[in-house]
Amino acid sequence: MSGRVLVGVKRVIDYAVKIRVKPDNSGVVTDGVKHSMNPFCEIAVEEAVKMKEKKLIKEVVAVSCGPQQAQETIRTALAMGADRGIHVEVSGKDFDLLGPLQVSKIMAALAKKEDAQLIILGKQAIDGDCNQTGQMTAALLDWPQGTFASEVSLEGDKVKVVREIDGGLETIRINTPAVLTADLRLNTPRYATLPNIMKAKKKKIEKVKPADLGLDMTSRLEVLRVDEPPQRLAGVKVETVADLVAKLRETGRL
Amino acid sequence: MDQSTGVTPPQLLYLGREYPKGGDYFRDRLRAAFTKNKGVQDPQQIRELIGRGEFVSQELEALYYLRKYRAMKKRYYEE
Repeated sequence: MSGRVLVGVKRVIDYAVKIRVKPDNSGVVTDGVKHSMNPFCEIAVEEAVKMKEKKLIKEVVAVSCGPQQAQETIRTALAMGADRGIHVEVSGKDFDLLGPLQVSKIMAALAKKEDAQLIILGKQAIDGDCNQTGQMTAALLDWPQGTFASEVSLEGDKVKVVREIDGGLETIRINTPAVLTADLRLNTPRYATLPNIMKAKKKKIEKVKPADLGLDMTSRLEVLRVDEPPQRLAGVKVETVADLVAKLRETGRL
Repeated sequence: MDQSTGVTPPQLLYLGREYPKGGDYFRDRLRAAFTKNKGVQDPQQIRELIGRGEFVSQELEALYYLRKYRAMKKRYYEE
């Protein structure tokens, strides 16, 4: 086996930022807004780097799709311990329409090109919340998938994955090559410290275009409208328990 | 300043950017702390101060991680 792991990392609006919808409801405001690596992608990178540190795999390659700024996210992955990066350049209209189907096609093509043993992705991105890319990538490659992974152990040419599912945990054993998607409790991602960021500047980031991989990026989806979630109605404060009971009766809940 | 520790002023400054009370607040306190101890020569004292810097560094990393973890847990996992 090649011992090479591909990790997909997505640049998203930072989790702590208050999201604003554009006045024309066509999307959210991204200009001048703080961006960072998707938290679940951080967990994916950490898992790959840990495998390398345990000498279970040989190389971690970080992949990101998007305009020039996607390189910042790749740099963060390199600072966390990835060996090199691949920036798939997608910008303008194509980037607006970039979704899980297009990204999975890209990941599948790169997996073949790089002879990857594993692909590790975050389970979902905090902006799109699709939770589809990992699954689609596995399907396109006809590889097994271990999604919502909260524990991963490599066992020769197989992988044991403990998955977080409704109602508990499921343990499966799948063949490699395989696609894994990282869940919150898989690990604790390391912080990309300044010295590591400096060192990462020496690592290579290769630039490719989807066309170079022979891929069609057409989207079959059209975003019609983006709206803010409904405002939460203000709560009402009551003075005594009797008031509370009265209010509950009023609204028909008692 | 010993470059082999993780606690040089630029590294701590970088780490302190997202301090809850503000990156500026952290920067000012950091500058004051380093200025106050500028003249320290005693190796034992220096080791202690570096230790303190490393402690701050670890506390910040833990703070940032917990904040993010709790936000993700709240948003994605029904308790």
